[in-house]
Amino acid sequence: MTIISDLINLNLSDVTDKVIAEYVWIGGSGLDLRSKARTLPEPVNDPSKLPKWNYDGSSTGQAPGQDSEVILCPQAIFRDPFRRGENILVMCDAYTPAGEPIPTNKRHGAAQIFNNPEVAAEEPWYGIEQEYTLMQKEVNWPVGWPVGGYPGPQGPYYCGVGADKAFARDVVDSHYKACLYAGINISGVNGEVMPAQWEFQVGPAVGITAGDQLWIARYILERITEAAGVRLSLDPKPVTGDWNGAGAHTNYSTKSMRNDGGYEVIKTAIEKLGKRHSEHIAAYGEGNERRLTGKHETANIKTFLWGVANRGASVRVGRDTEKEGKGYFEDRRPASNMDPYVVTSMIAETTILWKP
Amino acid sequence: MAQILAPSTQWQMRITKPSQNASPITSKMWSSLVLRPNKKVGATSSAKFRVMAIKSDNSTINRLEQLLNLDVSPYTDKIIAEYIWIGGTGIDVRSKSRTIPRPVEHPSELPKWNYDGSSTGQAPGEDSEVILYPQAIFKDPFRGGNNILVICDSYTPQGEPIPTNKRHKAAEIFSNPKVQAEVPWYGIEQEYTLLQTNVKWPLGWPTGGYPGPQGPYYCGAGADKSFGRDISDAHYKACLYAGINISGTNGEVMPGQWEYQVGPSVGIEAGDHIWCSRYILERITEQAGVVLSLDPKPIEGDWNGAGCHTNYSTKSMREDGGFEVIKKAILNLSLRHVDHISAYGEGNERRLTGKHETASIDTFSWGVANRGCSIRVGRDTEKNGKGYLEDRRPASNMDPYVVTGLLAETTLLWEPTLEAEALAAQKLALKV
Repeated sequence: MTIISDLINLNLSDVTDKVIAEYVWIGGSGLDLRSKARTLPEPVNDPSKLPKWNYDGSSTGQAPGQDSEVILCPQAIFRDPFRRGENILVMCDAYTPAGEPIPTNKRHGAAQIFNNPEVAAEEPWYGIEQEYTLMQKEVNWPVGWPVGGYPGPQGPYYCGVGADKAFARDVVDSHYKACLYAGINISGVNGEVMPAQWEFQVGPAVGITAGDQLWIARYILERITEAAGVRLSLDPKPVTGDWNGAGAHTNYSTKSMRNDGGYEVIKTAIEKLGKRHSEHIAAYGEGNERRLTGKHETANIKTFLWGVANRGASVRVGRDTEKEGKGYFEDRRPASNMDPYVVTSMIAETTILWKP
Repeated sequence: MAQILAPSTQWQMRITKPSQNASPITSKMWSSLVLRPNKKVGATSSAKFRVMAIKSDNSTINRLEQLLNLDVSPYTDKIIAEYIWIGGTGIDVRSKSRTIPRPVEHPSELPKWNYDGSSTGQAPGEDSEVILYPQAIFKDPFRGGNNILVICDSYTPQGEPIPTNKRHKAAEIFSNPKVQAEVPWYGIEQEYTLLQTNVKWPLGWPTGGYPGPQGPYYCGAGADKSFGRDISDAHYKACLYAGINISGTNGEVMPGQWEYQVGPSVGIEAGDHIWCSRYILERITEQAGVVLSLDPKPIEGDWNGAGCHTNYSTKSMREDGGFEVIKKAILNLSLRHVDHISAYGEGNERRLTGKHETASIDTFSWGVANRGCSIRVGRDTEKNGKGYLEDRRPASNMDPYVVTGLLAETTLLWEPTLEAEALAAQKLALKV
């Protein structure tokens, strides 16, 4: 082992109480993740005990140069799988010095929706299926694909095994364990229909934690691809043609939906979603129109369609839910680059608070 | 003094969970077992082996290894279960993983699951859910700890086995009291060929050409005779770790071809163990950057095919006087030759030519120590008057559920008419 490896893996708990906290936030594009680290005098478990911090917003497109400080408020703590020991990752959101959430801060609005007593009483659960594509670093082409050409057509790759079917599984497997270690509620992983595309699921998570967990899981994934020398893409349609896109299907249920008679509540909720289809679509991710074509297991972006076990629908209800008369449903419209704070809170708002 | 957290040491220190004697194989051990990048194999080979783990651009450190080997058990009781099933072609294996709240001992403790059958050719898009029933658990040699591999079979939401689910019928045959009473044992010899990834040409063979003719390769050693031993050896240990009943391995007659044997297994286990061993093999070849082929005749011409000889015995065959029972079984098998052949693997006609240690696909024959027969009986069995028989007909891409079930059915549950039996006995010179 090299000296650098030894130093990275140094366990500091023998020599000091100090811990390293990596503050993580979302940058100006709404999709780029940023982070920087600071030393804390001793281990911390409660985000409210962590100090607020600030960063240079003019370097992330979030503030003008002459008034560049953006304030970071710690919101959720996770164990750091890279530094391990007592070190932590801290999910933050961004505010002006005057205390207002900056425009790209979508967490604040979501938190307000989830704190609404009507919403809180319904205990909204989310299970988010994050799809992503791994790209080669030097050329903008997926990992394992021959440069200048294409692999064999889709068919063998979904949940596939073998050097000609599964590309870069090590990234996926290390991400799974890292997330379990960090305390993220990662519930599963699978190879996707397009080669070099993978999916992981986070959930069930209640309310605002769904967004926090998914963002930290994305951060951990980007740190792992950085170490592996491949590029993470959350583009909803990375390769045009007869190749699947990447989505972030969002499974959702409320207390009423999970109890007896829930199926009626589900149907009412889905109808409400249908009446606000364009508002939701506008918030479900940039570039989604390249993905939601009606082909490749999607519904066309202009139509709202729901069905049981129908993967070509906007909203899918599972057979178990139909059979038991209660359960959850799956909104298949969000793109892989959606903001989970926006999507989760909007679904709660439309189905619980909005009256048509 | 600063403590250095080396992955392999961590494994050894933390193994306190029950039922574990050997420490799992860490990534570090994999890279010493598996081929190193840019290693040349064979005198004229241009095959480059890549450990499929991405080569880190950051040349001083590879952090992925530490995360892959992370033992999460001090932080959580959760385990990862990799659900494995057979896809629409009947030979492709698929898998995906899920988190289970705590370690389990028995498949009945695991939840049913479902997958998108429209992506595997097993369901239409508008009604795509196929249900997975967990049937057998093995330890996960890739993730270690308490993590598991789960062999499943597939059902419609109404609970019917889907057409490609061959396990269901086999399980019914093995639950039949007549079959259970005879405790059928199976020893399956799985042959397979390793191919280079970018050209579909066997490992170690020169691209655009051929190696020297068959002769030196069977059980051979040496860089010009043995191609891909690391895969065979890594697979052997991984299967032992997983709890698969792997009984041996050897290099085969065609260069780039290998064999391993699983058994003796009772009843339905034979199929479960073979499918799990095939999954583990494909995960290993994936990591090594080599393609696994179960084609029964990968190269035309004077090159051996790949089979899946199935050794079989029942309680009566193993007891005194068993040789007579074996002869009666062979008689039954001879009368159902066509039914068996059609279930013994796609493309078998390219392999069963009568040459290269096979019997012709059209004729049924048997003999003691005769490798050119459909059924071979060992010299020991003949001498001791009891033992087992070897059905040499199945191809390497056979479904073990089908073959093991059919052998039990034909020899224990099916009865020919008396005239047919007499005729066949005469033809085969079998006095039964």
